[in-house]
Amino acid sequence: MRLGYPSSIRIIRVPCTGKVDALHILRSFEKGADGVYLVGCREGDCHFNQGNFRAKARVEQMQKLLEAIGIGGQRLQMYNLSSSDGPMFARFAEEMHQRILDAGPSPIRTGLKKIRETRKDQDRSIQAAL
Amino acid sequence: MIVADKKPIEEIIDYVKDHQNILVLGCNECVTVCEVGGKKEVGLLASALRMHFLQQGREVNVGERTLERQCDHEYLEEIRDIIDRYEAVVSIACGVGVQFTAEKYLSLPVYPGVNTLFMGANEARGVWSERCQGCGQCLLAYSGGICPVSRCAKRILNGPCGGSSGGKCEISKEVPCGWQLIIDRLKALGRMDDYEKIAPIKNWSTDRAGGPRKVVREDLKL
Repeated sequence: MRLGYPSSIRIIRVPCTGKVDALHILRSFEKGADGVYLVGCREGDCHFNQGNFRAKARVEQMQKLLEAIGIGGQRLQMYNLSSSDGPMFARFAEEMHQRILDAGPSPIRTGLKKIRETRKDQDRSIQAAL
Repeated sequence: MIVADKKPIEEIIDYVKDHQNILVLGCNECVTVCEVGGKKEVGLLASALRMHFLQQGREVNVGERTLERQCDHEYLEEIRDIIDRYEAVVSIACGVGVQFTAEKYLSLPVYPGVNTLFMGANEARGVWSERCQGCGQCLLAYSGGICPVSRCAKRILNGPCGGSSGGKCEISKEVPCGWQLIIDRLKALGRMDDYEKIAPIKNWSTDRAGGPRKVVREDLKL
């Protein structure tokens, strides 16, 4: 098939989307990810019956939290596909990539930049004073 | 166990917005079981707070710690050596833990990170419901093991009121009538005679009506 998908995407393999904890999602954002998306099996097709439904519930919960803390809930998404559906995987990757391009960089990265600049300014004033 | 629910993050952010060093303090007991204040929730709340401040261009130090219990001196003492690093504590234990932490560390503001609700049971995954109101004078022996104080909206002691319909309480179609449950259970036990007994006026002084309560066990005191 040799389908391409945006190089901005890093894949973390998990045995089931049900394995993805809310904490994994938050940590990803905290470490500077602009967006996170989960790709699970189609609803009703979970080998463990409930895995993708539990992931879906966690994603919905974390979307609300991300919205409330000012990061933006749209930066977190969940997609479902059949494991053999390569074209759909590539399409979802493109869709997520575009969503993040539209949303811009994560406000955390912008905030970190601001902190670094303030520190540099402070260093410069200290140097000047010395 | 004591059941609590999440407090909106906006409310917690508002409490701590002026602090630079915050400790999020969890509890390994009831609030861990009802998935609102254990080690994992400490991680989630601390991460959310850090991210909120970071996106505002503020680097706030948010520490994480979960104690075995926040309602015992010995466990609360475990943070004495680190508490000086913080200006405020967000305790996601029940109201007891929040207050006991505040009593122990007088100079620190201690904010509640959950809303404490009731003493209840885990009915199903993600579902908790009230079972006890701690009235101080247990009646379960006469009511088939179902509590008229916590299961009946009116806390009445001698059979259902006129609001009981089809086994449901008039306050909501979702709430079973406590007295219907009691009668069904007494029937199943073959103890309907207990239902005929008139319960005397309850002494509510052992409930909250008597003010804050205390248990002193002379046999255990040191």
